[in-house]
Amino acid sequence: MQIVSVTDILTILPTIFLVVWACLLLLMDAFGGALGKRLTPWLTVLGLLVAFGLTLRAAGVEQSAFNGLLEVDGFSNAINLLALGTGLFGVAVAYEYLKRFNLARGEYYILMLFSLSGVMLMGAAADLIVVFLAIELLSIPLYIMAAIAQRDTRSEEAGLKYFLLGAFAGGFLLYGVALVYGATASTRLAEIFAAAQAGVANPIFLLLGVALILIGFAFKVAAAPFHMWTPDVYEGAPTPVTAFMAVAAKVGGFAALLRVFIVAFPTLGPDLVPVLTGIVAATLIIGNVAAIAQRNIKRLFAYSSISHAGFILMAFVPYAQDAVHRDTVAAALFYLVAFGLTSFGSWAVVMMLERAEGRGLELSDYAGLGRKYPALALAMLVFMLSFAGVPPTLGFAGKFFLLRAVLQGGYVGLAVLGVLTSLVSAYYYLRVVIVMYFQEGKPQVEGSRLLNWTTALTAIGTVALFFVMQPLFDWTASALLRLF
Amino acid sequence: MVPVEYYVGLSAILFTLGVVGVLTRRNAIIIFMSIELMLNSANLLFVAFARTFEALNGQIFVFFVMTVAAAEVAVGLALIVAVFRSKSSINIDDVNSLRG
Repeated sequence: MQIVSVTDILTILPTIFLVVWACLLLLMDAFGGALGKRLTPWLTVLGLLVAFGLTLRAAGVEQSAFNGLLEVDGFSNAINLLALGTGLFGVAVAYEYLKRFNLARGEYYILMLFSLSGVMLMGAAADLIVVFLAIELLSIPLYIMAAIAQRDTRSEEAGLKYFLLGAFAGGFLLYGVALVYGATASTRLAEIFAAAQAGVANPIFLLLGVALILIGFAFKVAAAPFHMWTPDVYEGAPTPVTAFMAVAAKVGGFAALLRVFIVAFPTLGPDLVPVLTGIVAATLIIGNVAAIAQRNIKRLFAYSSISHAGFILMAFVPYAQDAVHRDTVAAALFYLVAFGLTSFGSWAVVMMLERAEGRGLELSDYAGLGRKYPALALAMLVFMLSFAGVPPTLGFAGKFFLLRAVLQGGYVGLAVLGVLTSLVSAYYYLRVVIVMYFQEGKPQVEGSRLLNWTTALTAIGTVALFFVMQPLFDWTASALLRLF
Repeated sequence: MVPVEYYVGLSAILFTLGVVGVLTRRNAIIIFMSIELMLNSANLLFVAFARTFEALNGQIFVFFVMTVAAAEVAVGLALIVAVFRSKSSINIDDVNSLRG
């Protein structure tokens, strides 16, 4: 048995390329002098684009690598593209912001690359140990990024809180993996499934292990009742970090969650339905109700992101049904795209209004935006409508497909809860709109080229892609066709 | 040979101690040590199961976990030091400037 072959490396070339590129950039940033430091962000973009190209070139390939530790297929390629797109937007929103607040340092972009390679590995992981390693590779750079504004107590505090709770969640995940290993004598997803199906697995260890793994994932994607860290970390971290981690951690978390549970644990589906239903209901209700009371825009978006995690998890409840799970996966990926676009756009707007020492982040700072900056207010209106799930926006399309998957699974009650909490969410999203358009105020906007472009691009994308939602969804589904 | 149940019991006790420690202690370093205890209880479980299955993979996982734990120590202690510098305290009750 060969340990590593060239084929293995070629199979996951985009990820390996990204890691090597990040290491080289790290050296260049440290020893390359002033020029090297200036080039780091641009070379980061170049690296992301190359990895994007490598992923596209591998489209349609289905292969397992490293003796079945990693599985490259339509799903992992889709996650790669999502992760790399997140990276490009992440650089776009960070570049000028970091300069404006004197945080411009090469590490930022390099840590981002490492974190993204973690996301990509989570999409391809076919072994629970790889899932654990990938989740740590995703998280550890994020802890540092959250605390990157040194001597800003809020940023340091966010980093520490994120670290302690993230590591805590990692402990749960790992213990769960150990128990599943004890139950099935393997950590390969396919072998776990085989053992569980043949009934040779110890049922108590298996169920306990799966429950602990679920807790670990729930922490990462910020699902209730494991969401407590989200508002504090989102508020304290520098805004571009918040924007990046809101999307990247969700993409990675859901990628691993979908693959692990659909491939390895479908036999436990009926046992998990009550647990999952409880998590979904709690996440939707807590996220949306707590958001109503928020006056700080970063905390508001934090709670809103919790509720979006709940929405995606809703489609995950019927994951064990063969007829439904492909739609679940496609709908979840589609929703992540919609959430990512809308999210980056709205965070870009937040960054334009933010001023030093955390000012400019209250809802009241948005008063008068509609009159003074009509284009910006219009973009924000689009994002709020998309978050709330109002047509014609991509957010509506995302919610539509998720609800359809839930209904296919036969969980009418959950779908009703989803719609009702969406109505609640419309209240606080539309309050932002009302403050922008109907209240007098003097908003201070610090626009800059990349942030303007990001806002415009995401706003147009959010509306334009709505009109091709069905072909887009079919395309996503067919990309995953032979997967599960 | 000690039966595997004993190891499972011991590791469950260690894991519970870790979880309780994280939830009840207020000192960031002690919380962090409790998290390490959780990771190590999982390591014990891996090794014990690997011994029963007479397989090596469980033992190798422990090395991966130790590497990850070392990386977490590096990052975690740096964060704790940074917080200590600006607050002169690592009691997480004092670290509360974020409230909504």
